[in-house]
Amino acid sequence: MYNAGKIIPGLLIFLGLVTFPFWSNLGRAYDVPELVMPEAEEECVLAGDWMRANHMILLDDWRDLAVRDNKRLFTNDAGKRFDMSLTKTCLSSQCHANKDTFCDRCHDALAITPNCWDCHVVPTIGEE
Amino acid sequence: MAVWYSLLLVLGMSLFVYLGAGLLGLQAIFGIVVPYAAILVFLIGFSMRILGWARSPVPFRIPTTAGQQKSLGWIKPSKVDSPYTTWGVVGRMAMEVLLFRSLFRNTKAELTEGKLAYGSSKWLWLFGILFHYTFLTIVIRHLRFFTEPVPFFVQALDRVDGMLQIGSPVIYQTDVILVAALLFLLIRRLVNPQMRYLSLPADYFPLFLILGIALTGIMMRYFAVFKVDLLSVKVLAMGLATFNPTIPEGIGVMFYIHLFLFSALLAYFPFSKLMHLGGVFLSPTRNLPNDSRMARHVNPWNAPVKVHTYEHYEDDFREKMIEADLPVEKQA
Ligand code: HEC
Ligand code: HEC
Ligand code: HEM
Repeated sequence: MYNAGKIIPGLLIFLGLVTFPFWSNLGRAYDVPELVMPEAEEECVLAGDWMRANHMILLDDWRDLAVRDNKRLFTNDAGKRFDMSLTKTCLSSQCHANKDTFCDRCHDALAITPNCWDCHVVPTIGEE
Repeated sequence: MAVWYSLLLVLGMSLFVYLGAGLLGLQAIFGIVVPYAAILVFLIGFSMRILGWARSPVPFRIPTTAGQQKSLGWIKPSKVDSPYTTWGVVGRMAMEVLLFRSLFRNTKAELTEGKLAYGSSKWLWLFGILFHYTFLTIVIRHLRFFTEPVPFFVQALDRVDGMLQIGSPVIYQTDVILVAALLFLLIRRLVNPQMRYLSLPADYFPLFLILGIALTGIMMRYFAVFKVDLLSVKVLAMGLATFNPTIPEGIGVMFYIHLFLFSALLAYFPFSKLMHLGGVFLSPTRNLPNDSRMARHVNPWNAPVKVHTYEHYEDDFREKMIEADLPVEKQA
């Protein structure tokens, strides 16, 4: 082999880089973050499965409807009505009152950092 | 032909996964067996190719020079474009690998008014480099599925990439640029008759494959019908990374198509022109110093030749030569 002194270390560095996900996780197990579900309510605004993957689309629609068209009432498939509001509906005391144990647990696991709370209020828990 | 063949291959693979993982429910095959197999093929295949190249001798100095060679003291040498020191070569390689310098010099020959003229042609360089860097960014961003906690640089990259904050989820600039660059690279081969004549399935297939990976990823992120539950994806990905594979319930089939095309890319990589990833470092036209006038280079596989010099000859026959009155260099 020619120039083994340069090629072998180079190859090893490359193999080290591409196997990063494997060796950086050695000896670890992954625990799915536990999401705390609301106790007072059974159903989400729309079907739970759908919400898991699509809630940001719904929020985006709500925002546009509320801010641009001044439409603030949402009626779901079951005919139930909701205020189209991030803080007052999603994060209301009935539902996901604790953003940390629900929204953030899932978002942190996936490095998602919505900027909504730069402006919107996060309701404080445990205080009246 | 080559175009349709490659396109059909990628569409066929997607359909195959749709049938297998979507309708037949063989998620374990497409989510565990195929990715692991592809990673193995990639790691072993890549190493074999590199070691194969390492075994090939480079008998001559063949650097392509793009500047003044080191010569007389009063002629200014070009340290990087015609390198004659190790650092010169390092500089040249760095510019080649990070900035695609030789592609930047790409020219286009054209007949203008009956005369052959060469003009600068930078589009290939521009879209080539855009493609490579956006691809790299996307791959690094994907580490969020394979790490816990997600490292700082992945989070930072994610935020920078989405800084335009368009829509929800926010659009990544790299997604738009990647697809635009891929389309350019594809169309370039299609519209120019000469390019088209030179293009083989091996040229179109990687383009379609990567386009397929990008488009399935984009559909999964931005289009409600194809969206998947990313937390389950993370469970699957972490399972793979910790050698403790699981198949969580209910990940949409679009994810399995995405993962399968990616696995196909990995497995295909060592056998394709994509090996230029490793090959660029081993190109003798770039990585050799242009110093043939400063150092003697001996062909490494020169067979040892048995030489018999005049001195030896004289040693053998000195007495006889002196007897015969022949002149000798060294007296007995
Ligand atoms: C620059 C500050 C700002 C940011 C960032 C922001 N919003 Fe808003 N949002 C507002 C303002 C102002 C209103 C109007 C409030 C009103 O009319 O009641 C509003 C209204 C809304 C509404 C409807 C009214 C309500 O009470 O909620 C929704 C839904 C909403 N935003 C969602 C979001 C989401 C989701 C995000 C993050 C992706 C977000 N917003 C980020 C400022 C912001
Ligand atoms: C089960 C996991 C999960 C939970 C719980 C969750 N989200 Fe999300 N959220 C996501 C994912 C995944 C995305 C990114 C979607 C993508 O990349 O396709 C996202 C994106 C968002 C976005 C858009 C982010 C952007 O980049 O613009 C908003 C806004 C958002 N979520 C709000 C919320 C709120 C508010 C809650 C709590 C009431 C919540 N989410 C709970 C998984 C979750
Ligand atoms: C060469 C490798 C890959 C490329 C080029 C690629 C490309 C892409 C692109 C362009 C997107 C659109 C959104 C974004 O840019 O993040 C995407 C999304 C996605 N990719 Fe990949 N991908 C690759 C490998 C993988 C692998 C190995 C996985 C397995 C975990 C994966 C899972 C996903 C998922 C789940 C999404 C949706 C993300 C979201 O909705 O935000 N990808 N991919």
